[in-house]
This record gives sequence, structure tokens and C-alpha cells, in this order.
Amino acid sequence: MTSELDIFVGNTTLIDEDVYRLWLDGYSVSDAVALRVRSGILEQTGATAAVLQSDTMDHYRTFHMLERLLHAPPKLLHQLIFQIPPSRQALLIERYYAFDEAFVREVLGKKLSKGTKKDLDDISTKTGITLKSCRRQFDNFKRVFKVVEEMRGSLVDNIQQHFLLSDRLARDYAAIVFFANNRFETGKKKLQYLSFGDFAFCAELMIQNWTLGAIGEAPTDPDSQVDDMDVDLDKEFLQDLKELKVLVADKDLLDLHKSLVCTALRGKLSVFSEMEANFKNLSRGLVNVAAKLTHNKDVRDLFVDLVEKFVEPCRSDHWPLNDVRLFLNQYSASVHSLDGFRHPTLWDRYMGTLRGCLLRLYHD
Amino acid sequence: MPGKLKVKIVAGRHLPVMDRASDLTDAFVEVKFGNTTFKTDVYLKSLNPQWNSEWFKFEVDDEDLQDEPLQITVLDHDTYSANDAIGKVYIDIDPLLYSEAATVISGWFPIYDTIHGIRGEINVVVKVDLFNDLNRFRQSSCGVKFFCTTSIPKCYRAVIIHGFVEELVVNEDPEYQWIDRIRTPRASNEARQRLISLMSGELQRKIGLKVLEMRGNAVVGYLQCFDLEGESGLVVRAIGTACTLDKLSSPAAFLPACNSPSKEMKEIPFNEDPNPNTHSSGPSTPLKNQTYSFSPSKSYSRQSSSSDTDLSLTPKTGMGSGSAGKEGGPFKALLRQQTQSALEQREFPFFTLTAFPPGFLVHVGGVVSARSVKLLDRIHNPDEPETRDAWWAEIRQEIKSHAKALGCHAVVGYSESTSICEEVCILSASGTAAVLNPRFLQDGTMEGCLEQRLEENLPAGCGFCHIPYDELNMPFPAHLTYCCNCRKQKVPDVLFTTIDLPTDAIVIGKGCLIQARLCRLKKKAQAEANATAISNLLPFMEYEVHTQLMNKLKLKGMNALFGLRIQITVGENMLMGLASATGVYLAALPTPGGIQIAGKTPNDGSYEQHISHMQKKINDTIAKNKELYEINPPEIAEEIIGSPIPEPRQRSRLLRSQSESSDEVMELDLSHGKKDAFVLEIDDTDAMEDVHSLLTDVPPPSGFYSCNTEIMPGINNWTSEIQMFTSVRVIRLSSLNLTNQALNKNFNDLCENLLKSLYFKLRSMIPCCLCHVNFTVSLPEDELIQVTVTAVAITFDKNQALQTTKPHVEKSLQRASTDNEELLQFPLELCSDSLPSHPFPPAKEHLESASSNSGIPAAQRATSVDYSSFADRCSSWIELIKLKAQTIRRGSIKTTVTVEKASPMGEGNFRNRSAPPCANSTVGVVKMTPLSFIPGAKITKYLGIINMFFIRETTSLREEGGVSGFLHAFIAEVFAMVRAHVAALGGNAVVSYIMKQCVFMENPNKNQAQCLINVSGDAVIFVRESELEVVSAQQPTANCQPLCTGGEVTT
Repeated sequence: MTSELDIFVGNTTLIDEDVYRLWLDGYSVSDAVALRVRSGILEQTGATAAVLQSDTMDHYRTFHMLERLLHAPPKLLHQLIFQIPPSRQALLIERYYAFDEAFVREVLGKKLSKGTKKDLDDISTKTGITLKSCRRQFDNFKRVFKVVEEMRGSLVDNIQQHFLLSDRLARDYAAIVFFANNRFETGKKKLQYLSFGDFAFCAELMIQNWTLGAIGEAPTDPDSQVDDMDVDLDKEFLQDLKELKVLVADKDLLDLHKSLVCTALRGKLSVFSEMEANFKNLSRGLVNVAAKLTHNKDVRDLFVDLVEKFVEPCRSDHWPLNDVRLFLNQYSASVHSLDGFRHPTLWDRYMGTLRGCLLRLYHD
Repeated sequence: MPGKLKVKIVAGRHLPVMDRASDLTDAFVEVKFGNTTFKTDVYLKSLNPQWNSEWFKFEVDDEDLQDEPLQITVLDHDTYSANDAIGKVYIDIDPLLYSEAATVISGWFPIYDTIHGIRGEINVVVKVDLFNDLNRFRQSSCGVKFFCTTSIPKCYRAVIIHGFVEELVVNEDPEYQWIDRIRTPRASNEARQRLISLMSGELQRKIGLKVLEMRGNAVVGYLQCFDLEGESGLVVRAIGTACTLDKLSSPAAFLPACNSPSKEMKEIPFNEDPNPNTHSSGPSTPLKNQTYSFSPSKSYSRQSSSSDTDLSLTPKTGMGSGSAGKEGGPFKALLRQQTQSALEQREFPFFTLTAFPPGFLVHVGGVVSARSVKLLDRIHNPDEPETRDAWWAEIRQEIKSHAKALGCHAVVGYSESTSICEEVCILSASGTAAVLNPRFLQDGTMEGCLEQRLEENLPAGCGFCHIPYDELNMPFPAHLTYCCNCRKQKVPDVLFTTIDLPTDAIVIGKGCLIQARLCRLKKKAQAEANATAISNLLPFMEYEVHTQLMNKLKLKGMNALFGLRIQITVGENMLMGLASATGVYLAALPTPGGIQIAGKTPNDGSYEQHISHMQKKINDTIAKNKELYEINPPEIAEEIIGSPIPEPRQRSRLLRSQSESSDEVMELDLSHGKKDAFVLEIDDTDAMEDVHSLLTDVPPPSGFYSCNTEIMPGINNWTSEIQMFTSVRVIRLSSLNLTNQALNKNFNDLCENLLKSLYFKLRSMIPCCLCHVNFTVSLPEDELIQVTVTAVAITFDKNQALQTTKPHVEKSLQRASTDNEELLQFPLELCSDSLPSHPFPPAKEHLESASSNSGIPAAQRATSVDYSSFADRCSSWIELIKLKAQTIRRGSIKTTVTVEKASPMGEGNFRNRSAPPCANSTVGVVKMTPLSFIPGAKITKYLGIINMFFIRETTSLREEGGVSGFLHAFIAEVFAMVRAHVAALGGNAVVSYIMKQCVFMENPNKNQAQCLINVSGDAVIFVRESELEVVSAQQPTANCQPLCTGGEVTT
């Protein structure tokens, strides 16, 4: 006696959250059954393994049919084939687009191309996430990227509108899209200590302040096509950043800046002497990062540079986080008191974001 | 030219990409009705076209309006080659033809293609302007309402119940026409879909005409079926019950009469005619009018929801009954006479209803069924459906005579079915023989003068269990006792019926689903030899199915079956029998005895030990079941075992509550069995198997109940969460050395595993009950068995559900037994006695069925299994009819009980104010249920019947996920299309939903599969009763949310 056909169709589509998770995690039906057996469900319900097998198959089939719709979540809402309560629809979508931290760290900042897709095997081996799940996550990134890449308006809003994700998840995707578009290097060994959250935080600050959309809050010219793009950095702004070079190139200005900072912080820092000794190096590092951002290659290395030029020197001198904060605040603010400096607005736009990023990046 | 059909094509969405180059589609729409076709403009390059067409107007006869479906085809325009079809939508415009149903059909319909399934959606608006037609000789029957529901629909009042209507139409099956060899599968499928749509339209119109002839305005319990006879054609047949219905218009009418039936009944003195079957004297009043009317008395019309003012009338009715009751006897006899004569004038006094207004059903005689094996004729003339008509007429005649033999003049819960394999066809009909209340069947003109007196006469509830036949002249040996409730009338010890449990029946504990499953191998044979072989097997199967049912019923400690449905399926090399019913313990019937096992070989120590071991197991099981189903009947005080002749009334004993007697009740020893026990004799391995199989049925896990009736006795607090589902399984038998036992085991496992899977899948709904569990078995190929289950899971509130109807009643216990002990030894006697004495002649012998019917001695305690067969002499086809009549028993109903009715809707709790209409609160969500009601909601409008037929075919089976993926997707699509049609009618639910056919064929080698599905139901609008003041503070807020879109749901 072999079962040829075995299906269950409810008027309201049954969704088992546990099985959905197993499916999303890329387990085969037999693995999923084994895992469910291990969870003790048989004892709880008095079911047999055969029942579990049939149930799992059914759910997998349903998910497989739903997957096509999940690729365009608004379709899931309007389709007529599966009657699913709204709360369940939201859950399906949210879980489908959720990703693993370990996976996203591997892919963040990489071009979402076929080439990267080929590397998924390695990523799967490295992270222990099934290849199937890696593919799903990668395809999700790519799909979202393709849809919102050319869109005007707020990146987060666009993602939310087209993929119906929660605010939090939409923000994460905005970061992923932003990183993928700008190809920020995140994979270097030096950067391994950073979490996705760290990068996402930085991405959000950069989107808010450094992109075209940042200044286009109230676009003066509504017809302007490029006005409101969240995905690309503001090229003009990056060009302008060269002007900041004067802060380190002009020796007087640099000395003045240092003295202003040291005066203000004297007695407030536990690492004052180290700061004083390192000031010029740190300032050169931060300003040079800005000046280099005209080149795409250097944009990609932004995080590497920040860690190399600022985070690591401070960390080697054991600066407490609070001292870093005090220093950066003072360092940014003091520039306004430099008489010869003519780009305070530009400086604030740059340093305001960078300060936030550095503070986030400064941890072990 | 009495109708104008107007159609507007608004827009499309989610269309498939038809042009690979542009990834877009240039779509346009053809709208066809009859022979007229309109087209929209082509909407270039879009997957979401906005046609916004003008109104296409069709001027048509109302005959066509009824027959023809509106056909909408979406195509992709192609400049250079033929336009490609994207898919079609068939819209049945019938609902627009009744005045009270839908006025407009408007909404998104899935675009369906028989090869690709659903491909996008289309928004359509349809209206009909109907002109009045005064032509008396018209062929149309516009305005006759159809309901699948097998009871009087909730927002109607039955003025007259006219009776049985039936019709069938035949045609050639396009799949088997020569042209099918050269056309595409798509064209063939569409031809079939269209033909069936046309045929069912025609059928409905013809039935409507019959109803109009009877001066009715509606058909209730409408059941339409297709017989795919292969090369010999396609039959579409339907049966129903013609009625005159009145819409309850005032909103007040929806107010609950929650406790009226019980209260008023309490005050009516029990006044049962001691000898209901006096055929003797009295002038039979000739009734010219063939119709018998059922005049709902205001106070008793639970079905028709009595209104506020009605409620105020009830006490009067009750009080007036005291004195008049005495005169009731003779008067009633007269009425019975009238009723009978009225019924006798009808060709078939059948009713497809399964639930009735209180008081309608007086006595239940038993299940009557008839089967006939036919050879389908190869040459077939579509214009002459007479052959098929004659076949059914014969069967119905059989049913009628069986009912008569049981002293009944009517058959209720009547249904018909077929099973076809190659050229052999088994026709089956079954129903429950019954005596109906003359009050409900009197002629309309007499209504006025009789009504008053009759109301006083109503039997107070336990009447339906009382035997309708003359106990001195019983149609079969039966074990009769005095009704445990009223002590005045005789009741049988077991009652089998095909109807739903009457709402006023008093039940102890809860019910459960009971199934008998059976397979029999059969040699492959051709034509007449095959038909003969099948005919010879049938009676044995029926007998075994019946034995199994009886054993399982005893094992559950119950004494009555409701909703019994026995399905016999024929395949190439086997026959399958599947009987499903809901077992309950009726308080009026005697406590069932246990089951005793007796060994055949004495003096064998180990054998004896084994036997006693089995016995112990059985006893344990019975005890466990009694506990599980909360069956604690009051202990019987005295039993009088004696002659069947009525003895002087014994004094009665009062038992105040069940708790008083609970300690005695559960004792289950053999003393109790001595008289009552069923003895199973084990004389060979077969019997051993039987006993084993008895014990293999696993009860549902805790928190689950199941039944195949509408209402589960003992549960009365349904919450609003419902989940209708269909589950299909196909197993392949290993073809090696199949034996009957192996086959039985496979089949049993299949069904049990299926149930287990259901329980597991629905575990999140616990506590819940699977209601209306409907199993269908088919044998699509040699080694394949297909089982399809449709049911609805309904959650209930655990705390409140525990208040089961407690029979704390004075109970007078008098029992008389007709049995002497020999009669109890049922199986062997039956085998050795009845079967040999009635061999089934292969053919040629012509027995009058009526005569054989009365003379059959075979019986197991008040159950007669009688088979008669007669073969038609006509040589072109063999006809063998197996007949079987099962007698039934009745549960008495206590007159004094004031317990809340186990009302399906929890009316007692919810029905005090009408909820404000919140029609838009559930937009998008369409509930589907096989029941006639929605828990926690009121049906405010019936929008028309949904009757849809779909074919799906694939030539890329593997790519679509194999057979499971294919069928899963198809069933989901069918649900979607049903929901879309209901939503377009403005409805939010389908009630009385049924999947009548699911024919699945595969050819994995060719990577092909095909499936046909036929579904029907009633589209309705319901209004939630959720925000009413509630005794149970547990409003199902959480439960109803997942099923209702939008946050606006009223909770």
C-alpha cells in the first residue's frame, strides 16, 4: 500500500509557523520531518510519523505555491486562490524576507550579481545555512534591489510599499540596497567585528545626510529627475569634500584646531595625553577619508579606512567610548571657531554623519 | 422576449505574460450569451488592462436566461497569428432571476483555463432586466428559488411542503465524440464544461416548471448529480423537495425563539395515540388537491424563526391543550387517514429534507434502501431519457414499498446516487421511512379549521422513536421495549436513520462518527457476467456493513445512528462499501447491551484464554467509550422481560439527576449482557479479524469530536471559527495476492490514517468538532483507491460546552422484551438461517419485491436485512435489484426537559437583538461550510444556488508537482472560484456546500492528469451576532479575527 496522492486543502489556508520556518531554512521534507520528530510533537499530539510526513508535505506544497506570490507581496494580498487572514499574510511576508545575520554579513556590499550567486555554495558551507535558504535570501536582496534601484523617493518607503515589510525590516533592506549599490567593503578581516546592525546604522545616517534625497526634503524643482534618490551618494557633495583638506593641509589651521580641542577637553578625558599626541594623526585620517571620497574605489573602502585611521588607533590606546564621544563632539564643534575655514556647512554634513558612524563602529 | 441581460467588462489584473518579447499582454474580451457575441477593444501592452467597456446588451428569452451561462473569454490579440485564449469565466445568471436574491453580479472573477488553471482576474458587472411574462404555457420557470440546504432555509417560513420533484437530462459526452480525436484537449474540456453548464441550467428550469405546476415557489434540498457514463453518455439528474416559502420580512422575525419550543412543549400533556396504525375504519377523505400542505403553526416554527409576537402566543397554545388533548385521539386518526390518502396520491411521497420543523416528524420507521445493477447501453439516444427515468422509477417504487412495509407513508432524508465502472452502473437510493404529522400535511383549505385543534395534539418529543408499525404484525422480528421516556409506547432497541438528529431529541452524552468499511474482491468480467457477479456480492456487502455498524455502535455504548449514508462503489476487480453515520445515545431507547464473544472450540485452554482476553478488551473499550462520550444514562429500575404484548403500566421510578445514579451506571459486567449482549461467535480467522478490526478504530484525540450530521449532540456553544476543508488520498495496492482481509485492512488504514491526519492538522482549533464529515470512495483504476473527505471543523467554547443536556428527569422505566434468548445469537443464525434460505438467483427469476419484502425473517434484533432480487427479463441489460430495509428505532423525548436546545448557533446565548448590519466588514472573506448555518451568525439573505463544474487537465504533471501538486492547486482554485462568485453576488458565505464529484485520472507515463470537480451550495449573506450581550463573556474575538479581513470587524 503506497500513497499516491495525499492532499489537504482548507478554505482558509492553514499555515503552520514551525513548518514554515523549516521550509524557509531550506530543509528537505525528510529533514523537516526528522526535526519535527525531535521537537517532541509526536508525544504531544499522539500522532504517528506517517501523519507528520503527510502534514509536512502538505505544508511544503502550499508554501511552494505561495512562493510565487511572495515574490511580489502585493499580489499575495489581491490574489483569490488562497484565503489567508491579513495577520497571517503579514507573517508570511515578513518571515519570507527575514534573513540571517551570518548570511547578510557575507553578502553585504557585494554586487548582487550572478557571480556572487555562484559563491553561495561557499557561504553556505561557511555559515552552516542551507544553500536553499542562502539562495532565497540572496534572491530576496536582489529582487528588492532591482525594484527600488531606480525609484525616486524615500528608499524605506519604496521598499515598504512594494514589499509590505515591517518598518524595521524595510530599514534593514534599505541598508542592504544602499550597501549593494555603493559596494562598500565589509568583508575585510579588520571589519569582521562589526555586525550587520552597525552597518545598517551607518547606512541609515548616510542615506539621511549624504544622498541626493537628503537635501531634497522639499524639492524646489519637482521635475528634476535626480532630485530625490536615496540610493546614490550625492556626487557634488563628495566633490566638495575636497575642500575640507585645508584643515590638515594648512598647518596653522591644524594647530589651531588642535589647541581648541585640547583646551576644551583638558581634564575631561582619561586619555587626554594620548589624544593630544595623536590628534594630528586622527584629524589627518578623518579629513583624508573625506577628501578621497571622490574616487569610487575609496568610497568602497570607507569603512576599512575609518577603522584603520580612527577606530584602531583609539582602541590601541584604550579610549573609553565616552572619551571618543567627547572628543568627536569637540573635534566637530571646534571647526566653527576656525576663522580661516569657509565650509562649516559642508563640514557639519560630513562630520555629523561620520561622528554617528564612528561612535557606532567603536566597540570591540 | 422577456429579458435583457446587460454586461460590462471593467478591468483585468494579474494577467499572464502572453508576449515573451515585451513581457506584456494585449488583452481583449469576448462576451458571449447564446449565439450573440460582443468584443471589447484591445487594451495594448498591459497585465492590468482597464477596458471600461460599454454595456453589452443581450435580448433573450427567459428560457435561455435559465439554461445558458454567460461566457466571458479573455484573449491575447495577435496581429499575425490566431489570438491566444488566456482563459474563461462562466457566470450562472440564475441568481439574478429571482426577485429576492441578488440584483447585480459584480466583482473580480478568476480567469480559468482548463490547461493552465487560474490566470489572472477580470472585473465584470452583470444585470438583468426581466419583463413580466403572462404566458401560461411558458417553458421557463424564472423565479423558482433553489436551495441546496436540506431544511427550511433560515430566513423563510414554509407555507406548504409539496413534495418530491425529480428530473434528468441526458446527452452525449463531448469527450467521447469523434471530433475529440482531432480537437485540442482544451477545446474538448471547454465543450464539456459548457455542455454540463447548459444541461444543469435546463434541468433546473424543468424542475422549476414542475414546481410551478405544483404551485410551489421553491425547491429545498436540491441535489444535482452528474453520471459520467463514458461512451454511453452524460446524465445530469436532480431531486429536491418542492415547497411554498414565505420570506420572513420584518426584522423582528429574526429574533430568536430561543426557548420557545422547549417551554411550550413542557406544558403539553403527552398524548400519543396508542395505536397509531389504524388503517381500519374511517372514511378516507378524498383530497382532490394533490399537494399536501404543511402549515407551520406559529408557535412551533423554530425553523422559520418565530417572531416576537409569535412568542407571545405560545403560552396559549400550551394551556389550551389540556382538555382538548383527550379528544385528540380519534381526531388524529382521521387526520392520519387524510394524510395517508393525500400521500398515496403522490407518486413518490419522498422528502429530501433531513431536518424538519418540530412536530413534523411523528414516527421514524427505519432506513429503507434499494440498489440496482444496470448495464449501460451502448447505443444511446439523447432525446430519449426514458430508459434512465424508468430505472430510477423502479428504484423509487421499491423504496416506497419498503416504507409501506414499515407502516410508514413517507420517506424523509431521501437521496440517490450512482457508481459507475466501465459499462456497469449501480443505482442506489436510500431514505428513512417515516410517519409525518397530519397537521403539517393537511390540505390547504382545511388549514383554518383544523389548525386550532391540532396544535393541542402534537406529540411532545419522544414520539419520533415510537414504532409506526403494528407490533402484532411486525414486518420483521424486532426487539421492542417500552419507551424509556414516556413508558407508553413501544420503541425498538436500536434506531438507524438517514436524517439529522431532531433538535428536540433527548440525547445523553455526546455523539461520534461511526464508520463501517468493507472491500470485496471480484473477478474481472464483462458485461452481463460482471453485472451478475456484482449483484451477487451486493447483499453480502450490505449485510456485513450493517453488522459492522451494529457492532461499532454497541462498542460505543450507543443506541441510534443518524445521517446514515452507505456508499457502495464498484471497480474493475473489487467492490467497496463505506457507511458513515453519527452514533448517539437516545434517552428514549433502552441501554444497549455489551458484546459477548463466544468461542467455537471448547476445551482448548489457550484458545479460551484468548477469547476471554478479547472479551475483556471489548468490555474495557465499551467502558472507556461510555466515559469518553459521557454516556451516563439513569439506571434502569426494572426490566420486564416478557411478551411483546403490552402489559399494564408499571409504576415508575423517579430519578432526579444522573449524579444519583452515576455510581451504578458504569458497571459493566456480563450480567448486563446476559440478556442484552450481542454475541459474536468466533469460529474462524475471519471472525477473528472482524473482532480485531472492531478494536482498531482509534477514538479522536482529546478535544476533538466528529460527526457526519449538522449538529453534534452535547455541544452547544460553538464559537465562530470555522474551517471547511477537502482532503483527498489515493493509495495504490500492491497487486500481489490481494485477499479480502488485506484489502479490508488497507482500506481501514487508509480511512483511519486520513482521520488521524485531519486531527493533527486541525489541532490548533482544539476544542473543536468535525461536523458533516463526508467520505466518498472511488476506484479510479485497478489498484487505486481514492477517498475524498469534505468536512468543517468548528471550535467551541470548552467551559460552556460541558453543560451537556442533562437528563435529570423523572424516568419511568418499563421495558418489555419481545426477545427470547435465542434471538440474541445473531450472526450465526442470520447466516445459517436467512441467507441460505434466500439464495440470490443469478437472473431470470422474477420475485415480486413487495412480497419478498414482507416475508424475510432475517433479523438481528429489530433489524431486518432483507434482500430480494428480481431480474428483468429484458435481455439487453440485466437488472438485479437488491433491496434492503432496515428498521429503526426511535428515541423518546422527554417532555419535561427545559434544557437549552443544543442549537447550532448558540441561539440561546446570542439571539436577543439583531446585530447591526455590517455588510462591508468582511469584504473579501467568504466562508464555506457544508452545514446549513454559520455558527455565531445569522443568515439574512439567500442569494441563489452555486452549482459549478470544472475540468482541469495537465500535460506537465511532474512540473506541476506531481499528482498531489496538481490536485492541490486545482482544489484551491475551485474554492477560489466559488468564493469569487459568491462575493460577486454580494454574499459572504456558502452554506450547504458539497463537493459532489471529484473524478481524478492520471497517466504518469505520459506525464498527464485530468480531474473533474462538481461543487454546489447556497450563497448567502450572514451577519455576525458578536456584539450582542452575551452570557458567555468569552466572545470569540480572537477566533473571528483571522477569518475577517480588515480591522473593522465587529467584535
